[in-house]
Amino acid sequence: MTITTEQPLVKIEGLHKYYGTHHVLRGIDLTVNQGEVSVVIGPSGSGKSTMLRCVNLLETISAGRISVGGDLIGYREVKGRLHDLKTKEIAAQRREIGMVFQRFNLFPHKTALQNIMEAPVQVKGQSKAVARKRALELLDRVGLGDRAGHYPSQLSGGQQQRVAIARALAMDPELMLFDEPTSALDPELVGDVLNVMKDLAKSGMTMIVVTHEIGFAREVGDRLTFMDGGIVVESGDPREVLANPQHPRTKEFLSRVL
Amino acid sequence: MDSHQDPHAAPVLNNAVPVRHPGRWISAIIIVGFLLAFLQSLFTNPNFRWDVVGTYILDTKVVQGVVWTLFLTFASMVLAIVLAILLAFMRQSDNPVFRWSSWTWVWFFRGTPIYTQLLFWGLATVLYPTIVLGIPFGPATYTWVTSDPTHGLIPAILGLGLNESAYLAEIFRAGLKSVDQGQSEAAEALGMTKGKIMRRIILPQAMRVIVPPTGNETIGMLKTTSLVLAVPFTLDLTFATNALANRIYLPIPLLIVAAFWYLVITSILMVGQHFIEAHYGKGVDNRVPAAINPAAAKASAAVAPSANAEPDLKMDFPEEEAK
Repeated sequence: MTITTEQPLVKIEGLHKYYGTHHVLRGIDLTVNQGEVSVVIGPSGSGKSTMLRCVNLLETISAGRISVGGDLIGYREVKGRLHDLKTKEIAAQRREIGMVFQRFNLFPHKTALQNIMEAPVQVKGQSKAVARKRALELLDRVGLGDRAGHYPSQLSGGQQQRVAIARALAMDPELMLFDEPTSALDPELVGDVLNVMKDLAKSGMTMIVVTHEIGFAREVGDRLTFMDGGIVVESGDPREVLANPQHPRTKEFLSRVL
Repeated sequence: MDSHQDPHAAPVLNNAVPVRHPGRWISAIIIVGFLLAFLQSLFTNPNFRWDVVGTYILDTKVVQGVVWTLFLTFASMVLAIVLAILLAFMRQSDNPVFRWSSWTWVWFFRGTPIYTQLLFWGLATVLYPTIVLGIPFGPATYTWVTSDPTHGLIPAILGLGLNESAYLAEIFRAGLKSVDQGQSEAAEALGMTKGKIMRRIILPQAMRVIVPPTGNETIGMLKTTSLVLAVPFTLDLTFATNALANRIYLPIPLLIVAAFWYLVITSILMVGQHFIEAHYGKGVDNRVPAAINPAAAKASAAVAPSANAEPDLKMDFPEEEAK
C-alpha cells in the first residue's frame, strides 16, 4: 500500500467513445488520487485500453470529460462551450503524462540511452549532458545500466519494456499510464518489469495500470476496477474485490483468470 | 552409445554425401562459352573501332558532357527530392486542400510522358511570353517578359525534376506509411510536436525504405537526362557523343564511349547508396551496439564479441552471411 492523499489527480467523468457507430466506452467514471495505483482489469474488448488512451488523447473523446491535475484534457472551456486544443497545447499536456505500451514502441534507430534522452532534450530543452546523466541513472534504476549503447533489437522484450518505462520517467510525469505492459512478454520476463513497476508505485508515483496481472493488482493496487462491455462493472479495494467479487460478471471473469 | 551418456564426448559427425548439382556445371559451361565467344569478337571484330573509342573517351566535348549530365542529374534530383518530401507530407496532411493538390500533382506529372513535358518546358517562353502579376481576371500590377538565358538548362532541370518529384512522392509516401503507428504514438505520448516526430522519429526510419528505390530513381535519372535534347539542351553526354558520331560517321565507337561513362557514374552512385543505406540501417540492419560511452562499449563488447570483431563484414551482406 502506498501513501495516498485524498486529492484526485485524475478525474474521468461520463466518458464515451465511438468508433463510427461502434460504441466502445459507455459512460466511464473513474477517479485516481495523488499517489494512488489504480489497476484496471477486464476481458479483451472491454474498452480498458481505449479508456487509458483517452487520458492522453491518443484517442479523441466522444463524450464526457477527463481532467488531470485539475486541467481539462484536450479542451478549453469558454462560456460553457468546449473548444478543441491545438496540437501544440495537447503536446504540452502529454508531457505531464507518461505512457508505457504493450508493444514497447521504443525508437529502433536509437540506442537505449538515446531513446531515454530524446524527449528531455527535444521537448524540455535539457542539455545533452544533463539528459544523459539522468538517463543513465534511470537505466540503473530499471536494472539496465550496462545496456545504454544497445539498440532495441539487441534487447529482450523485458529489457525493452524497462527502457520504455525509463523513457517515460525521464519526462518527470505526474501520472504514468501502463497499457498491458507485460502482455507481449515471455512469461519468465514478466517479473522484472513488474518489479520495476512495484518500485515505482512505492516511490509514490500515481499510476493507472491496465493489466492481466492479478497478482500485481493484489500486491500494489490501491484500487481495482473491473470493466466489461465499455462500462465499469465493479470497483473497490483490490483485495476485497478479488476475494469477494459482488457482480456475477466479475465472478465469472476472475474464475477464468485466477 | 557411450557418447549419448557422456555430454562432454565429441559426437561422431554425420559426414553425409552432399546432393550433386550437374545443372550448375552445364549452365556454367554454356554461359562461359557465350562469354568467350563475345570476348573474342570484342578483340577480333574490326567494326568496334577501339582506336576511335580510345581517341574520344577523354575528348573535351565528352568529358564536358559527363560533367553536364552529372549536373543535370544532381540538380533535378535535388529539386525532385525537395518537392517529393513536400508532396508526401501534404498527402498525409489533415488539410484536405493539401491532400488534393498533392494527389493532382502526382496524377499529372506521372500521367504524361517525360519527353512531352520536356518539350513543353522548352516551349514555355513561347506559351507564356509574359508573366503578369495581379489578381486572376483582375487588373495587372506587374508584367515581365519571360526569357531563358541558360540555353535550355533551366527548362531541362524543371522538366526532369518536376516529373521525378511525382514518382519520388509515391516512394516517400510508401516509406512514411511503412513506419509502425506505435512509433508516432510513443513520440506523441512523450509530448513531441508533429514536426519533431516527423523529423526525428518517422523520417529516419522511413529512410530505410526510401533510400533503395530512390537510388534506383537516381540511376534512372542519370539516363533520362539523355532526353533533354527535347528541350533542347545540347551539352549532355548523349548529345555530345551523338554529335561526334555524326561528324565522323562512326556511331558504334561513340555509343561505347557513352555507355562506358554512364556505367562509371552508375557504379560510383551505387557505392554512395551503399553508405547511405548503412547509415539509415542503424539499429535494424547492423547488430553492433553503438559505443555511447566507454563503459557501455565495454559492456557491448562482452555481449557480442564476434559482432564487434568484424563490424564491416556484418554490415555488408547480412543475407549472404546467413546462408
